[in-house]
Amino acid sequence: MISADLNIVLPELILAVYAMGALMFAVYTGKDATAPLILGSTAALMAALGVWIAISGSGAATAFGGAFIDDGFSRFAKVIILLSAAAILLMSQSYMERIGILKFEYPILIALATVGMMMMVSAGDLMALYMGLELQSLSLYVIAALHRDDQRSTEAGLKYFVLGALSSGLLLYGASLTYGYAGTTLFSGILETISDGKMPIGLLLGLVFLFAGLAFKVSAAPFHMWTPDVYEGSPTPVTAFFATAPKVAAMALFARVAHDAFGTVTADWTQIIALLSVVSMFLGAIAAIGQRDIKRLMAYSSIAHMGFALMGLAAGTMFGIQAMLIYLAIYVVMNIGTFAFILSMERDGQPVTDIDGLHQYSKAEPLKALALLVLMFSLAGVPPMVGFFGKFYVLQAAVDADLAWLAVAGVIASVIGAFYYLRIVYFMYFGEERDAIQTPMNAYNWAALVGAAVIMVAGVVNLFGVEALAAAAAETLVN
Amino acid sequence: MNGLELENFLIVAAALFVIGIFGIFVNRKNVIIILMSIELMLLAVNINLVAFSSFLGDLVGQVFTLFVLTVAAAEAAIGLAILVCFFRNRGTIAVEDVNVMKG
Repeated sequence: MISADLNIVLPELILAVYAMGALMFAVYTGKDATAPLILGSTAALMAALGVWIAISGSGAATAFGGAFIDDGFSRFAKVIILLSAAAILLMSQSYMERIGILKFEYPILIALATVGMMMMVSAGDLMALYMGLELQSLSLYVIAALHRDDQRSTEAGLKYFVLGALSSGLLLYGASLTYGYAGTTLFSGILETISDGKMPIGLLLGLVFLFAGLAFKVSAAPFHMWTPDVYEGSPTPVTAFFATAPKVAAMALFARVAHDAFGTVTADWTQIIALLSVVSMFLGAIAAIGQRDIKRLMAYSSIAHMGFALMGLAAGTMFGIQAMLIYLAIYVVMNIGTFAFILSMERDGQPVTDIDGLHQYSKAEPLKALALLVLMFSLAGVPPMVGFFGKFYVLQAAVDADLAWLAVAGVIASVIGAFYYLRIVYFMYFGEERDAIQTPMNAYNWAALVGAAVIMVAGVVNLFGVEALAAAAAETLVN
Repeated sequence: MNGLELENFLIVAAALFVIGIFGIFVNRKNVIIILMSIELMLLAVNINLVAFSSFLGDLVGQVFTLFVLTVAAAEAAIGLAILVCFFRNRGTIAVEDVNVMKG
């Protein structure tokens, strides 16, 4: 019995035991001298686990009395989370070394946050949801403040901690109400109590609080206020991590709660999500226009992108979930490529993040400028880049679910948002002479930047089969 | 239960929870007070969980409470650690001084 359960959680178990073992190893041997070794082995282990889950997983199983669900949906999300976390780790090494904060805790905390995210996407119970979410959040608070001699990094950590703890509190209050009025913490049990499609008022309150807490974690407006400050203040590799894996995990958890626990009352929550979606898209598109700091700009960009991903969830259909998963997969690849570039931006050996340095960049580095151009077009959703297809799927899901107004709003927001992506392209190709930046890259960052750009162009053929995989994953969640 | 209804417990918990939220947003003085407000919110949730558990005759709520208590302790430890780093850099923990980044 217990060994069957442990078998199902084996990937999480391996990563958790590895993280604690690596911590002990580093403390008792070379401390920070072992950091490059641990960083490499953590990335290798996470990539290996990702590949293992991708090729070996099949069917659906639950462990620990239904608290942990291993199905196609959770595996799809876990593969994205593990591979993107591994990619970000490899990309961050040279930056961390340059500013002198390559500590051995960094890869270990990333590994623990990843365990938390894997728990989140597999949660089948409010307790598992809470523990996974907190394991992830507590690790992220610490790495936001990793550069502890830096005013901005500690301030980012403090702000993230206070607002993150507030959102956990809201979520937990919702969980307690849900437990009280459903009589169980199991998602399947909650679904059973509302199987007639009627929501008691207590459960509805619980649902609203739960969704408010989750909206904080995906940084959907109006719960986004921590995002720009935390993105700007954190060390850039940490920002890159924030923008990728945790967003996927939180969105997947959102979808899990919405469909697994409240799947019979879609009419009650699709309106909430549609509202979050439309506010996020417009806020992200408009507030980014005035930004001169590329990390802040990416923060607003991620708010807008989460709005689009929420549009897929707002549809409340299987196709909506499929569209959301495709969107997230594309979003993560675009962000890895873009942050590979941001990580290498420097002037006179000092990391910089202002977009004014990009003026006339294409003269100095034509290939990298071209790769960034492709990524910016893709982020803006310009056809024929892959980013366009991500938007196309969520818009189609919204139209199919009779949410045409939401789809129209999405198109308008994406046109507004295109302005600030295209401005970066304009600076690179037609800008005036300014104090230029240099972008020395190691092999990993170069491969991530150019690889992501190539995927954005080559993917138009068949999206590398992600469409079919996402459809299979969505089918296991919505039925 | 001595004439106490479930509603009584829920009202106390809701009141504590709201005080906690207001403590975070209204307080303009000290970050430590924010940490205390966060604890208050989590404890309000615990009252909710234990009350529901007792009135439903179901132990799961109390197990949940134990998890929440553990996480709350870890959360307080991390919050204080970040606050110490912040204080070393800035020499202050007043809320109005948490303002290097804006916009």
